Amino acid sequence: MSKKKTLVVIGNGMVGQNFLATLMASDIKEGYEVVTFCEETIPAYDRVHLSEYFAGKSADDLSLVEQDFFEENNITIHMGDKASSIDRAAKTVTSDKGIVISYDTLILATGSSAFVPPIPGHDRDGCIPYRTIEDLDDMMAAAKTSKVGAVVGGGLLGLEAAKALQDLNLKTHVVQFAPRLMAAQLDDGGANLLKSKIEDLGVSVLTSKNTTKIVDGDTCKHKMVFADGGELETDMILYSAGIRPRDEIAAACGLKIADRGGIVVSDQCLTSDENIYAIGECASWNDQIFGLVAPGYAMARTVVAQLAGEESCFTGADMSTKLKLNGVDVASIGDPHASSEGALVYTYQNGVDGIYKRLVVSSDNKTLLGAVLVGDASGYPTLSQYYLNAIELPSNPDSLILPARSDESVGLGPDALPANAQICSCYDVSKGDICTSIEGGCTTLGGLKGDTKAATGCGGCAALLKSVLDCELEKAGVEVNTDICEHFAHTRQDLFNVVKVEEIKTFSELIHKHGKGKGCEICKQTVGSILASQWNEYILKDSHVGVQDTNDTFLANMQKDGTYSVVPRMTGGEVTPDGLIAIGQIGKKYGLYTKVTGGQRVDLFGARVDQLPLIWKELIDAGFESGHAYGKSLRTVKSCVGSTWCRFGVDDSVGLAIELENRYKGLRAPHKIKFAVSGCTRECAEAQSKDIGIIAVEGGWNLYVCGNGGMKPRHGDLFATNLDKETLIKYIDRVLTFYVQTADRMQRTSVWMENMEGGLDYLKSVVIDDKLNICEQLEEQMRNVVDAYQCEWKTTIEDESKLKRFRTFVNSDKHDENIVFVEERGQVRPANIEERELLLAEEA
Amino acid sequence: MAQWIDICSKGDLQPNSGVCALVEGQQIAIFYMPEDNAVFAINNYDPFGKVNVLSRGLIGDIKGEVMVSSPLYKQHFSLKTGQCLEDETVTVAAYGVRINGERVEINLNGAA
Repeated sequence: MSKKKTLVVIGNGMVGQNFLATLMASDIKEGYEVVTFCEETIPAYDRVHLSEYFAGKSADDLSLVEQDFFEENNITIHMGDKASSIDRAAKTVTSDKGIVISYDTLILATGSSAFVPPIPGHDRDGCIPYRTIEDLDDMMAAAKTSKVGAVVGGGLLGLEAAKALQDLNLKTHVVQFAPRLMAAQLDDGGANLLKSKIEDLGVSVLTSKNTTKIVDGDTCKHKMVFADGGELETDMILYSAGIRPRDEIAAACGLKIADRGGIVVSDQCLTSDENIYAIGECASWNDQIFGLVAPGYAMARTVVAQLAGEESCFTGADMSTKLKLNGVDVASIGDPHASSEGALVYTYQNGVDGIYKRLVVSSDNKTLLGAVLVGDASGYPTLSQYYLNAIELPSNPDSLILPARSDESVGLGPDALPANAQICSCYDVSKGDICTSIEGGCTTLGGLKGDTKAATGCGGCAALLKSVLDCELEKAGVEVNTDICEHFAHTRQDLFNVVKVEEIKTFSELIHKHGKGKGCEICKQTVGSILASQWNEYILKDSHVGVQDTNDTFLANMQKDGTYSVVPRMTGGEVTPDGLIAIGQIGKKYGLYTKVTGGQRVDLFGARVDQLPLIWKELIDAGFESGHAYGKSLRTVKSCVGSTWCRFGVDDSVGLAIELENRYKGLRAPHKIKFAVSGCTRECAEAQSKDIGIIAVEGGWNLYVCGNGGMKPRHGDLFATNLDKETLIKYIDRVLTFYVQTADRMQRTSVWMENMEGGLDYLKSVVIDDKLNICEQLEEQMRNVVDAYQCEWKTTIEDESKLKRFRTFVNSDKHDENIVFVEERGQVRPANIEERELLLAEEA
Repeated sequence: MAQWIDICSKGDLQPNSGVCALVEGQQIAIFYMPEDNAVFAINNYDPFGKVNVLSRGLIGDIKGEVMVSSPLYKQHFSLKTGQCLEDETVTVAAYGVRINGERVEINLNGAA
């Protein structure tokens, strides 16, 4: 049996513990006897959330060490015993208590200490560094006899410390040497807003204050004296003015130390001794000290990988942070100071709501280099993903920081992230890791945190983790349900592609080749619609009759009593007096109930199935054609009267509406489609509530897409502005064909848009920029549909064999006695059940 | 004893769909699946919508059971038994039906 090597870890802070956990999770743990020294009396705890100790969390709550971790992993921990010296020649470590351990490999994770400015009076009673749980206990003791407290340092930790003092009910001051708070992470604009927000919370903030000495106070225990002559009276002082690497033990044994402090390490985290690594805040890489946990964890992973014989490098770290300081959201990403060459800056400042956002982008406006968010950090997950994965910015990057207006879409859906995108930087958890865990059955946020450790470090990625989870679950859920029914294991979009690519023309061919069974109302209607969208054949052709929806199959809308309503087309809502007279006469002749619809035309109700061809014969003779009110297809193009008559009209909305309605009539789609055209921005046609809305403006036509009235109203998104008619029609052709080809069954454009990954920007990139290189094909498809248009009613009444279907009975000329009307307000309506029974009884 | 009533010609049927016949005052929906050379007959009355429309529904199968879907509220009825597949307390009458040469015949007493 080969003897195990001894590995000694000096320091059991966050990084030291992370190293142990990473090592124990690896295959090489069996090769090592592990010993660790912990100077503090408790094992590793969460220093990042230290102030929560005051908000009621116990030391146990903050602990990062799972119960029995050391026992179960056979790690020897020397608690409350500081490693005091290293003998590199003998390869031993000696502790304060005199323990001597021989090592094969030594890991220095000694961390850092709070920087205490070496000024006269710095060590007076009640002047305490803010760093450890012990410090917190000292603070609490000091606070008991204090009314006023001051924090030296206005960085992340300093502001946390200020919160802690406030939690202890002390009048709190923050004394910052630099001219602004969080000098490393924020620019002036962000820092100023943060300062005013923190002051609003009752904390006084003093910047550009160089403390020269601390002396006896007049009204308080201490008085801080500043270089500019100012003074501050306070009962206690917390030091949180940055960190100093704990490199004493390394320096004493002759390891190379950086000029500005810190144990010099290579990309492999090796010190100048090949048997000694240094990780975390004690290490200096490239002359940088990393005062955050994520880089420390990355170093720990690097070393474990080295020990396992893998090639691994530490290559610097993302210093982005997001946190809530006293309820104020603050985030900083990358290079917030725009110090990169050629960097450009966008800022958004909202004095009313107290929001400041700054984007730093590359000179070509395509890459995010940095960001500052104060007051509203909700954009952090999206922005940090743009930054970390160098995802190309949208053409208008400011949309990422401007408040979401109806005509802009923001956000980068989790689906747009590559599998290797890092979601949690603390534990280096990628989107792929998360997806694997979800596939493995982990379907709750809590479960994911336990399984992957994501969002258990700084917690900054929690929102993103949730959205990845939601997105994946939705995908998984939809995947289970995307089979349109038991007969086809396909989505509508799949079926559309199959129909198109294999040039399938009938339902029976499709189900024989790709489905099973006989079909049902779901798949038949869906396929009927797809075939009509793609080939636009007469829908009552023998091979298609059996697959049409209730209404399509008789080219009319079935009502509750089994009768039908009839809607002739009135393009743009325009109708001649003669046309109205003809409709009136036909309505009267057949005893129909007439009503004007929301789509600016007339609906005739109460026609028996056998009356439909007779009614339509007369309508067609009067110059009307099918209004497709029965189809999942273009319904109407509503319009205002426009510039022809209106004093305010900018352009001819009626003329355009008629042209568009004639172009797209008969287009079958996953659901009905409505248009409207307004002749000016007064918007009398309510175009913004339609699937396709057009508004005349001085420069041309503005196009809105994917609006909806109905159950879930949605304003259309402004898609393009100042278009000439030719471009407008081109865009509408493309949007509609893309919708027809990609939407789910019974999905209106509004929901289609909301479910589209990338949203409006994506649709624009497809339709305007031709990102998918399909625009030509989309237009051609629309041309085919337009060219193949026929009035289905005209075709039907000209074909004797089709008319047979409209008989009520195959073996009798009688009518359905069950259809009974009563009169109301001078017109017919279906009798209700009681009325019907009464009337039928009278007849009998 | 089976009493077959002549209804219409085979050509009057609508392939993969339904038609309605009036037989001794009863409205009967007749469905025709030419691929199986199968015909089915059930009452035309939709007990949910309380109107005579079942002959105008889409036909197909649910888990192998041939059915018609009501054109009004989409409940499914077995073409063989008239049983509503969503509500076991609801059944519409089913009738015997056959293609005899070029003619379609109904047997109101049930047995096919």
